[in-house]
Amino acid sequence: MGKDLIQKSLKDSLFTGIIALALFGPIVGLRTVAKNEVLVVEPKWFIVLLIVAFCAIGRFFINIYSYKKEQRRGEPSSLGKAISNFLDEKGAQIAIAAIAFSIIFPFMPFADRYWMDIAIMMMTYIMLGWGLNIVIGLAGLLDLGYVAFYAVGAYSYALFAIHFGWSFWICLPIAGLFAGMFGILLGFPVLRLRGDYLAIVTLAFGEMIRILLLNWYELTKGPDGLTGIPRPSFFGLPFKRYPDEGVETFHTFFGLEYDPMQRIIFLYYLILVLALITNAFTIKIRRLPVGRAWEALREDEIACKSLGVNPRNTKLTAFAIGAMFGGFAGSFFATRQAFISPESFTFIESAIIVAIVVLGGMGSQTGVVLSTIFLIGLIEVFRDFESYRMVAFGGAMVLIMIFRPRGILAKRKPTITMGKHG
Amino acid sequence: MLNISKVETFYGNIQALRGVDVKVNDGEIVALIGSNGAGKSTLLMTISGVNKAATGEILFDNKSIVNMPPHDIVNLGISQVPEGRRIFARLTVEDNLRLGASVNEKGKNFDQDSKDVYDLFPVLKDRLSQRGGTLSGGEQQMLAIGRAMMARPSMLLLDEPSLGIAPKLVNQIFSSIKNINKEKKVTVFLVEQNAKKALELADRGYVLVNGKISLEGQGKDLLNNPDVQAAYLEGGK
Ligand SMILES: Nc1ncnc2c1ncn2[C@@H]1O[C@H](COP(=O)(O)OP(=O)(O)OP(=O)(O)O)[C@@H](O)[C@H]1O
Ligand SMILES: [Mg+2]
Repeated sequence: MGKDLIQKSLKDSLFTGIIALALFGPIVGLRTVAKNEVLVVEPKWFIVLLIVAFCAIGRFFINIYSYKKEQRRGEPSSLGKAISNFLDEKGAQIAIAAIAFSIIFPFMPFADRYWMDIAIMMMTYIMLGWGLNIVIGLAGLLDLGYVAFYAVGAYSYALFAIHFGWSFWICLPIAGLFAGMFGILLGFPVLRLRGDYLAIVTLAFGEMIRILLLNWYELTKGPDGLTGIPRPSFFGLPFKRYPDEGVETFHTFFGLEYDPMQRIIFLYYLILVLALITNAFTIKIRRLPVGRAWEALREDEIACKSLGVNPRNTKLTAFAIGAMFGGFAGSFFATRQAFISPESFTFIESAIIVAIVVLGGMGSQTGVVLSTIFLIGLIEVFRDFESYRMVAFGGAMVLIMIFRPRGILAKRKPTITMGKHG
Repeated sequence: MLNISKVETFYGNIQALRGVDVKVNDGEIVALIGSNGAGKSTLLMTISGVNKAATGEILFDNKSIVNMPPHDIVNLGISQVPEGRRIFARLTVEDNLRLGASVNEKGKNFDQDSKDVYDLFPVLKDRLSQRGGTLSGGEQQMLAIGRAMMARPSMLLLDEPSLGIAPKLVNQIFSSIKNINKEKKVTVFLVEQNAKKALELADRGYVLVNGKISLEGQGKDLLNNPDVQAAYLEGGK
């Protein structure tokens, strides 16, 4: 049996090696360099050989590993299970500790500008992850175009704030409303689609919105983007060193020295509150008929219909509410950056958010936090090695899918058990 | 109460029902038997509005329901327990029950209605926080029936409630069905492979062959009918 396995694995890794060769041979192996003003192809076979060997050997060990795992099937699998059990038992305490940490974070000695920026970015992705979790995790609708709603929120916020001069707290709900309407707009044509077909259409929708923003020059200034988006104020008190005549600012009102960090800290708390609202909303709505209907729809659409759940309305509310939170996050993004352009809303953003939700273990709110810290942290660590970032990102996802195929915190039990009860 | 006439249903261009006529009177238990692929489940799904009839008429309390969306039909009082139970596996037993009540004024009567369900199936009460998918097959069937009862139906459609369940439990489930009919005054339309049990329980029965009703009569008469015996009972369960 063992011999058989090794033979099979060897065969498989040989095959993997051939595929790797076919893929990386032309991509990595043939490099064009300019020599005396002509392009010549310079082969790099050694690197290709290394990559191919790595793939083949890696594949071999994965085979052995998954065979061992097969043997252990039935036994509770180790680490992830331990973590998720731990989170189950101590869930409330951990959540409180995490929130407490987030609240005092800006006053930690190491929390300089760099750390605050990362924290704000992570918090934005956590919020987006929680928002998308409504659509993917709860309602089970694979949406690959979530960035569209992020973009709609950002642009509607920016346009209202620039043209009407309305404050953040007025523009925020309007932006959410617009994004929600776009959610319904997307929802209608895809009502009958499931799984991969749905994924393709949502992906296309995300691109359509981006292309629309790029080309509707009169409204969006196309690739130039929108500048001069008003910065948020602290309930009417702006964060400015040299305010206009007679205008009270945040630091004069509280009798503080002016410090640009004050605005950063305010932004941090703003996104923290928005994210926590998203989370609280999700936790609450799961216990309400709508939320329950989302989850039921994810489990079994036919059963839902036969019980009188209206699948159309259920799906549309999921799209709309998920989109609304995406829109809120977009507003925040716009006010933080003070400049937005379609470049910030490419497919890769959708992909990262989907990865956060899926790798976290769909439906798990804590999983979203963990996978955001992991993925965004990883991207950040590799910031100085620009060209390896995506490799690291992809590699991390492959590793998670090998070792935790259902996500970091997946608690999904098998849907059907057979044989045991007859 | 339920009056089905000349109903034809298609899946793409496969015709599953070829002009079905069935009548169910108030307070009856009516059984529908037939072999695999005869179209039994299709008929129930057509009544519930999940599948649409291409032609024909379905009257419920003299009201045409043939073009209604499923949730309106549930609202009128027809609940279905679908084939294979279709429990929401990752939701708790309580959530499953609450979903059954979703048409009933959004579950306002949950406490009262769920008490009725626990009277029928006491096991469910101890399992409220357990995930549906972790119940045994028999318990899942009870949950499926209980879930359908949460909508306070006046008519219950049951699709093969004995499917994959140990004989002892089958007896218990059939006596619950009888109870639902007699005590709760719910009219029952029952699809079964287990023809003997179904016809013993039912007041009347129909035999569906290839999308058409081939025989109908009193439950006992059908049980003694030599054709039925040869096709559905001999060597059967
Ligand atoms: N979704 C579907 N798409 C295409 N054909 C279908 C579909 N569902 C059922 N059919 C076909 O319709 C016919 C009737 O199927 P149906 O499920 O109603 O049979 P049944 O009497 O319930 O059988 P069983 O006792 O096995 O449950 C069968 O020929 C089946 O192949
Ligand atoms: Mg069937």
